[in-house]
Amino acid sequence: MTGWRPGWREAAILLPLAWLALFFLVPFLIVLKISLAEPILAQPPYSPLLVWPEGGGWPALGARLDNYLVVLQDDLYVRSLLNALRIAAVSTVVMLLIAYPMAYAMARAPKNWRPALLLAVILPFWTSFLIRVYAWIGILKDEGFLNHALMSVGLIDQPLVIMNTDWAVHIGIVYSYLPFMILPLYATLERLDLTLLEAAADLGAPPWKSFLQVTLPLSLPGIVAGSLLVFIPAVGEFVIPDLLGGSDTIMIGKTVWIEFFQNADWPLASAIAVTMLVVLVAPLALLRRGLHG
Amino acid sequence: MKKTAGAGLAAVMAAILTGGSALAQEKVVNVYNWSDYIDDSVLADFTKETGIKVRYDVYDSNEVVFSKVMAGKTGYDIIVPTSYFLSRMIAAGALAKLDKSKLPNLINLDPELTGRMAKYDPGNQYGVIYLWGTTGIGLNRDKIKQRMPNPPANSLAMVFDPAVVAKFADCGVTMLDAPDEVIPAALRYLGENPDSKDPKVLEKAEAHLMKIRPYIRKFHSSQYINDLANGDICLALGWSGDVLQAKTRADEAKNGVVVQYLVPKEGAQMWFDNLAMPKDAPNPDNALAFINFIQRPEVIAKISNKVQYPNANRAADRLIAKETKADPDVYPTPAMLKNLYTVTPNTQAEQRLFTRIWNKVKGAN
Repeated sequence: MTGWRPGWREAAILLPLAWLALFFLVPFLIVLKISLAEPILAQPPYSPLLVWPEGGGWPALGARLDNYLVVLQDDLYVRSLLNALRIAAVSTVVMLLIAYPMAYAMARAPKNWRPALLLAVILPFWTSFLIRVYAWIGILKDEGFLNHALMSVGLIDQPLVIMNTDWAVHIGIVYSYLPFMILPLYATLERLDLTLLEAAADLGAPPWKSFLQVTLPLSLPGIVAGSLLVFIPAVGEFVIPDLLGGSDTIMIGKTVWIEFFQNADWPLASAIAVTMLVVLVAPLALLRRGLHG
Repeated sequence: MKKTAGAGLAAVMAAILTGGSALAQEKVVNVYNWSDYIDDSVLADFTKETGIKVRYDVYDSNEVVFSKVMAGKTGYDIIVPTSYFLSRMIAAGALAKLDKSKLPNLINLDPELTGRMAKYDPGNQYGVIYLWGTTGIGLNRDKIKQRMPNPPANSLAMVFDPAVVAKFADCGVTMLDAPDEVIPAALRYLGENPDSKDPKVLEKAEAHLMKIRPYIRKFHSSQYINDLANGDICLALGWSGDVLQAKTRADEAKNGVVVQYLVPKEGAQMWFDNLAMPKDAPNPDNALAFINFIQRPEVIAKISNKVQYPNANRAADRLIAKETKADPDVYPTPAMLKNLYTVTPNTQAEQRLFTRIWNKVKGAN
């Protein structure tokens, strides 16, 4: 009838797309470009992608895949990625086991309590993340609160070495990311239709059975959302392994930092970042297609 | 050389707050220095005398300032990189040559020290030594004594002899997370040339580091300051000023921890932090005025007395507190000075070799 007129609907779709392009696609392309360069001592410290010949003419493409070969050949990078995936996966499972009962209790708590409980979950964000991780150093170190407490009760007579081990990294990640697991779980559990549970009970299902067959499947979106929300940033985590982990706790985020800052090897650091993105995003994209297809 | 992140954040915040309100015609110099590395009154005195306002930011690692400078347009007029980072910045063409005619106070610099610095900065054209120090042994006196009544405290054997360092593993041993510090020290201990880049010689260092690796709790370049001060570790291969700072913190906390710093008798690597100017510094004249002011004997002496690092200004020597000047672990004696070494900066290929060795050593357990 009339021509295409942009309306709210189109704007609502364009806005997130523009956002994605500006803050994800553009930075990614920059990183991709650097990953194809060669490290040089200059400002900036990598070779240009296009080399313009003197006296005009078409530029030559300065792209090389050397950095990706290094990433695949030196087992340090594969090991640190696998290590990061393992630590993130274990932490995610532990968080799920802690967060589910918490979110469940919150969702079933009297309505006027819920805002206060929600606030209690969010409250730690009011303190700097860095300071909260530093606080864990004070708790976990040899001369820290935990060891003093355990020794004064007489449970142990030598301090437990937790600081600078994988244990400390797991504790730090579980602590720091727990709210991001609780909140989506709480959101789905709170919206759960309680009449379904009544129906299950009326039909003779014991509580454990109605939990397994009604509550758990219905909260699956919350479980998936919460797990992804904590797993993905935990894989790339840099601050926690640096402060709480030992030198043999090699995680991919730390490895990228070392290549970028310590060795000033921006191209190699970029190649690691791109590889990591492919490893993380490809399975997720496949998963989405599987779910929708 | 590395300091706590907290002070850094506070100073960055302060810089943001004050930076926004500066007037365009105001004369300023933007200084980017290590945290806890100056006497604040010096900055006020400089402004009072010259009318140039100092915007002062701090960092806690060479790597951070290097990456910023390599990206370009830092907005800083003065940065203070350590020797080998200075040389890499020079190679990258990121620094401006200093106009010596505007720096008359450099006449007091000790030629012995500037001569050594020339290895990194040929002709001393880009950097002026601010403060310097050594890489040596930091220890918790009592915890070490408990485990070994007569330790070879002033020797690299403390950390590199497997039989010795094994005794201290339970109370915590750390090393700098810096291959260009630890590998040369290991070579020195083994009687090899600490400045060697020969892969065969470096292999020896790697094999030896693997022998002591089980006893090292962590490789980190700043945590050991607090850990030594609190008694969470008892032995560290670290930078002189950091260990002395740990000692000061322990003394102030009155927690019964006695921290000591010792220059190894086998010799130690010496490092220099240099006042330098990025090529794109917005206020080069003010930067030169600042460098010249800092190199006044009474000014640099005030800084040394406050932060406990030696400077390179001979005219300042008589103004240094007696107990600081008399401590050979802070101000090495001429005989000790002969035993201190510097290492040549790595080429890109050598750097990858050092990194590979380092990753293997750190990752092993």
